[in-house]
Amino acid sequence: MKITDFIKKNVVILDGGMGTLLQAKGLMPGELPETWNIIHPDIVSDIHKQYLDAGSNVISTNTFGANRLKFSSEELEAIIAAAVENARRAVESCEDNRPRWVALDIGPTGKMLKPLGDLDFEDAVSVFAEIVRLGVRSGVDLIFIETMSDSYETKAALLAAKENSSLPVFVSNAYGEDGKLMTGATPAAMVALLEGMGADAIGVNCSLGPKALMPVVEEYLKYSSTPLILKPNAGLPSVLNGETVYSLSAEQFAKEVSLAVSLGVNIIGGCCGTTPEYIAALKEKTKDVIPKPIEKKKIKLVSSYTRAVAFGQRPVLIGERINPTGKPRFREALLRWDIDYLLREAIGEEDAGADILDVNVGVPGICEAELLPQVISRIQEVTDLPLQIDTADPVAMERALRLYNGKPMINSVNGKAESMAAIFPLVKKYGGAVVCLTLDEKGIPKTAEERLAIAQKILVEADKYGIGPENLIFDTLAMAVSADKNAAKETLSGIKLISDTMSCDTILGISNVSFGLPNRDMLNASFFTLALANGLTAAIINPHSTPIMEAYRSYLALSGLDYNFEGFISLATKQEKAEDIAVIDLKRAIIKGLRDRARAITTELIKSKSSLDIINENIIPALDEVGVGYEKRKIFLPGLLMSAEAAGAAFEVIKSVAGADDKATKCTVVLATVKGDIHDIGKNIIKLILENYGFAVVDLGKDVSPEDILSEVLRLDAKIVGLSALMTTTLPAMEETVRLIRESAPSCRIMVGGAVLNEEYAAQIGADFYGRDAMEAVRFAEEVNQT
Amino acid sequence: MNDNLVYIKSFASPDVDRREVLRYAGVRESTEEVDLMLDECIKEAEKVLSYKACYRIYDIGVYDGELDLGFARVVSRSLLKSLDGCKRIIVFCATVGVGIDRLIAKYTALSPAKAVMLQALGSERVEALCDSFCTEIASELEENGGTCTRRFSPGYGDLPLDIQREVFSSLECTKRIGVSLGDNLFMTPTKSVTAIIGIKM
Repeated sequence: MKITDFIKKNVVILDGGMGTLLQAKGLMPGELPETWNIIHPDIVSDIHKQYLDAGSNVISTNTFGANRLKFSSEELEAIIAAAVENARRAVESCEDNRPRWVALDIGPTGKMLKPLGDLDFEDAVSVFAEIVRLGVRSGVDLIFIETMSDSYETKAALLAAKENSSLPVFVSNAYGEDGKLMTGATPAAMVALLEGMGADAIGVNCSLGPKALMPVVEEYLKYSSTPLILKPNAGLPSVLNGETVYSLSAEQFAKEVSLAVSLGVNIIGGCCGTTPEYIAALKEKTKDVIPKPIEKKKIKLVSSYTRAVAFGQRPVLIGERINPTGKPRFREALLRWDIDYLLREAIGEEDAGADILDVNVGVPGICEAELLPQVISRIQEVTDLPLQIDTADPVAMERALRLYNGKPMINSVNGKAESMAAIFPLVKKYGGAVVCLTLDEKGIPKTAEERLAIAQKILVEADKYGIGPENLIFDTLAMAVSADKNAAKETLSGIKLISDTMSCDTILGISNVSFGLPNRDMLNASFFTLALANGLTAAIINPHSTPIMEAYRSYLALSGLDYNFEGFISLATKQEKAEDIAVIDLKRAIIKGLRDRARAITTELIKSKSSLDIINENIIPALDEVGVGYEKRKIFLPGLLMSAEAAGAAFEVIKSVAGADDKATKCTVVLATVKGDIHDIGKNIIKLILENYGFAVVDLGKDVSPEDILSEVLRLDAKIVGLSALMTTTLPAMEETVRLIRESAPSCRIMVGGAVLNEEYAAQIGADFYGRDAMEAVRFAEEVNQT
Repeated sequence: MNDNLVYIKSFASPDVDRREVLRYAGVRESTEEVDLMLDECIKEAEKVLSYKACYRIYDIGVYDGELDLGFARVVSRSLLKSLDGCKRIIVFCATVGVGIDRLIAKYTALSPAKAVMLQALGSERVEALCDSFCTEIASELEENGGTCTRRFSPGYGDLPLDIQREVFSSLECTKRIGVSLGDNLFMTPTKSVTAIIGIKM
């Protein structure tokens, strides 16, 4: 019998703790328990047997920490083979033929993934893939990924399991007292991610006792349509007469866990502090229980690495601003790979009240397959809003989906056979809620009924891939009403038809309706209200638009969706921050580091003064004064940076008015943090200050290989390259980069900086200049610029 | 006798020492604007900071000049001196969590000024956490008539940083409080500290 069938009708009993029992048999502190599979196979096999005798249906191999970060590949191969053999031997020695399975146990790597840590996502996938392949070869029945405390690492493990086996996969996470994973994910966020990727059972283990884990279990019960696992500790540990004891007896433990079973959990076992006695008590307590059937929840969830957004409660707002269409400044930023510009847009939309951010970087001349995954990763560093990945390029889509930390929105699929064949396999593999455009090979149908028919066709086709309506969201396509006076009417009745007849979620890109008309927000807001009234569940909008946000808040207030009118009142009484621009001039604002003030003053000033005059008469003198103050130790680093940011805000206003061709006047400087180094505050400081002084800075980011730095230096014919390193371990990478540039771009001047460097070492590795701080770097760059 | 047990403690937020934060940020003389920016940083960071530590107790001994810490053996004159008169130690790891790293990453791109200040704040926070931890341990010991030494971290004096590996496998920091060790021996979350304190009874 397959475990996935057994789960449907039975309570599944897992095993209990392994480590504690091995310690009782003499495992020393610091000794790796996995080695006992080889040196003490009988002890390990006997523990498995004790659990089977106590009533376990599933036993997990003693391979929690068996991975290539701790063992050589020969050791790993031998350990996993022996571990599976030990478990299998225990199963075979059972006399009756109750159903029993051997699970390949996979624990965390013990490393943090990038960007927080130093383990690359794909490297993590490959570490897990190796374990899975070895387990499959040794003949395990299922894969049990457990005690994971980070969503990204959990995704890497599940992806590896799915890509390297067709076995059932159980996934269990370890939650803290705050009800979240160590890196912040809520239960709903994990349900979204794991169900989206097709885990066969999901749940909770370790960290706390059953009672303390109940709030987390209840969240799983609320959102999950997948069988649930509960494998808690035997309460809290303490030391009594030199021995570790746990607060719950086997009987109490079984009682508390069986409570969860009565609520709908049907895969149970124990973690730290539990023994065969606890498992026997669990078995006894649940022997006559017929598990509750698993309810299909029909809740559409998308998620980031910390939180989930649920559809169907209040309409969901998707920010549209990260999109180059019609935005020259944005296009220019993309062409220069200036991702920081996009990050500022992302934060701006979050602050304005978006729930999800659409991300589109499609510009002619840009390789989306390379840029999009990078942009997605960078945006996830600065905001934990879920993202909507928006591209027409299936390769870019797959790369972005793979790297995304969570379960994203996917924009989009349509009724064309080709589109569905390209997108649905990706939705199935990586998880996601996909926007379905109601158009097909014949184009966009005129009537609402025809769009409904396409929606139904998409629904049927998705079902063939095992993608249900809870992961589809239909777009009846907002069209320019200026081109066809009935366009909006058809779109709106399409929304109503789909909501009413299919009970499915709907979405619209609101702004399209006003294309070609003046004062577009005026029309957009009314269209938005009408769409909401017709049942719209999500909208792609500009969250900075006051009319749109007013329409939204008013709709919520009128539909009983705004508790105590809090949202409405807060927006209705919001005072625009009055910028006191009269009492202070731009130069003072910059010197004092007042970013908002500098922006507001420049916006006013540019109406009456040329940009060149503003730069020469206001901004440059301010920067000079601050720079001198810094060098004389009158102004300190935070003050210098605040001024630089204020100047940056003023420059941004000037650029937006003067247009994208207002190029920097000084030479190109390429900046990068060298390979292996992920610390980039220093480099960003230099970037900010150099930009202030008019240099064309191209920032290659952190952890950049010598080859990549060289190729950009050559491509841009850069006069200066600035390299940064914080750790002694990455100095060889810096040296190698300097050597490469010297060899192939001898005219490029090299400046270096970072905590571990000094003048002497800089000279030794062949750099032209060592910059102790940002102002020194500016002085050097000015010098080079003039030669 | 060595406990097999790793203990975990959570702490309330210790008061922020603003002067100390400014010192870490390299500010010798603050201005109204810098003070305001620090206020904003504190307000934002408070929402994501958590204060946790895990620790374990070991009997120690000296054999042929080598210090047996119960979880590792080292040669370190400075640690030996610090542990003079102690028969047991507490080895601990403390962290203010991953949230502040996320804030720093966010502001590294958006506002390096805030990133610098948040770095400083994070350093001050984790040191304040260590102070809270050590104070609590000291008062627990005092009840039993004991005292403890000042905390001593890997990398201080001649205690090699490499010992971090043994500290991490002994405390299982990743599982207990979410701290992991990179290949370069840097910790994630970055605002984390490991240290040893000696116990005198």
